[in-house]
Amino acid sequence: MSQVTVDVSALIGSYPFRELPHPDPGTLVGVLDRERIERAWVGHLPTAFHRDPRKGNESLYRELSPFRNRLDPAPVVRPDWPAWERELSRATDEGAVAIRAYPQHWGFGPEHPALVELARASAKAALPVVLTVKFEDGRQRHSLDVAGDLPAATVRGLARAGTQARIVVIAAGRDMIEEIHWGLTPFERELVWFDTSWIWGPPEDDFAHLIRTIGASRFVYGTGWPLRLAQVSRANLALLPPDLSGAALADPATWRVG
Amino acid sequence: MSDGGAALGGSGALIDIHAHFYQSGSGRSSWSELNASRLAAGERIGITWHVGSILGSWGARSPVYFQSPADTVAGNDAMLQVQAAEQRRVRSWAAVNPNDTDAALAELERCRQRGAIGIKLAAARRAADPLLDPLLRYAKEYHLPVLHHAWQRRPGAVAGQDPSDAIDLCALAARHPAVALVLAHIGGGGDWSHTLPAVRDVPNVYLDLSGSGVDRGMLDQAVEQVGAGRLVWGADLTLCTGLAKLWALDVIGLSPGDRECIRWRNAAKIFPEGAFPGLAA
Repeated sequence: MSQVTVDVSALIGSYPFRELPHPDPGTLVGVLDRERIERAWVGHLPTAFHRDPRKGNESLYRELSPFRNRLDPAPVVRPDWPAWERELSRATDEGAVAIRAYPQHWGFGPEHPALVELARASAKAALPVVLTVKFEDGRQRHSLDVAGDLPAATVRGLARAGTQARIVVIAAGRDMIEEIHWGLTPFERELVWFDTSWIWGPPEDDFAHLIRTIGASRFVYGTGWPLRLAQVSRANLALLPPDLSGAALADPATWRVG
Repeated sequence: MSDGGAALGGSGALIDIHAHFYQSGSGRSSWSELNASRLAAGERIGITWHVGSILGSWGARSPVYFQSPADTVAGNDAMLQVQAAEQRRVRSWAAVNPNDTDAALAELERCRQRGAIGIKLAAARRAADPLLDPLLRYAKEYHLPVLHHAWQRRPGAVAGQDPSDAIDLCALAARHPAVALVLAHIGGGGDWSHTLPAVRDVPNVYLDLSGSGVDRGMLDQAVEQVGAGRLVWGADLTLCTGLAKLWALDVIGLSPGDRECIRWRNAAKIFPEGAFPGLAA
């Protein structure tokens, strides 16, 4: 496999429902080296469960500061929280490459107006909006972990809102990806990407099917580290049929010009 | 490797203890392509032996986990046909529904005589149920391992199945200490962190690593709590996650001997002697 430029779905920090081994930025850099990945967009996992993301974002910036040559912050901006625009502005000041939003954790239904406002402001700031479908398999969740998976309707609603924001969907499987992609106009589809961390390879060959039907350019490389083994996306690419072995995923590094 | 390249999963033997195949009655027109895809990916990964099962009609004519007798026979026949066609890389589990004991025992005998090397039980009856005892006695008589579907830390009810968890399997294992019981797919659903301490002190329960779940920490903790001597590699329905776990096993601090045990040696030990020509535990 050739060098991957960006892992869009990495995180640091602890997870409330189980122990994660070494979820720190230094270990992440070692994993990037091992997996031959140049950089990572890094979120702060505990902040996904905070009401106010401000202090969690501070931790993210602080913890990443010694590693900024490889790790780029993807802080949380919660658009129904007072002064959220200030948090978005700080993201720009801190050199963030994307912002993360968790509509399920905040109780937003599909087409929530605050999410649309966030996307509009993010587009102006040239920051993609990262949406996470799930952190864990639904069959193992803690009894307090009741937010549920991000519905495809939320992504469709956001993509249809005409904000011009780039939307990156983390941890979607084939069904959800197809439901989103084919539920958008060709123009709307061009602003939605899916990470590779939760799509199955052989024998079902969902990944190969999606590359043939939707196109490799709609996918970005993601590991889901430290929740998931970073090797999964590499394995999926390695197991593509020979005629797809040269498929080139989208390169988010080229988006930074905005 | 058919193309002459290095195996993606590393060198040395590799047994996929939890493979599935499909048949013409599976209700999927792509059944033969799915089988071909598994074998092709297996070649690229370097799987030496696929030990597979077909669960009846996969729901087309009777429920996946509550197979009718006719579907049970048809599924096993199809699996044994795959084995016959792929003698150098495929072996079969005999999958049975234990609710009809006489029919299940007759089916096990029929399949064993045609080359099946183990018993596959799914979720038609909880593992702790005494109804399974005659099947386990059969397993002991012929040194057949039992691969048992699991829903780890099962809830009270799951639609479409009567699943078992590690507690259920350990009750069965305690009654049949001479039979190797393999708890299926610790990455296949439910809470693996509940399974590990439950099976820790039950020496005849093995864990297969298969399933789509790839939680970090799962492999490390399985080695720590259960030991490399009772872990067996497998892929189940997602060979990509199986390959990722092989690569992860290379970087979690295992000795080469322990990796070899997980890749194939533990599996070879629990199956009948000669089940895998060229491999001896």
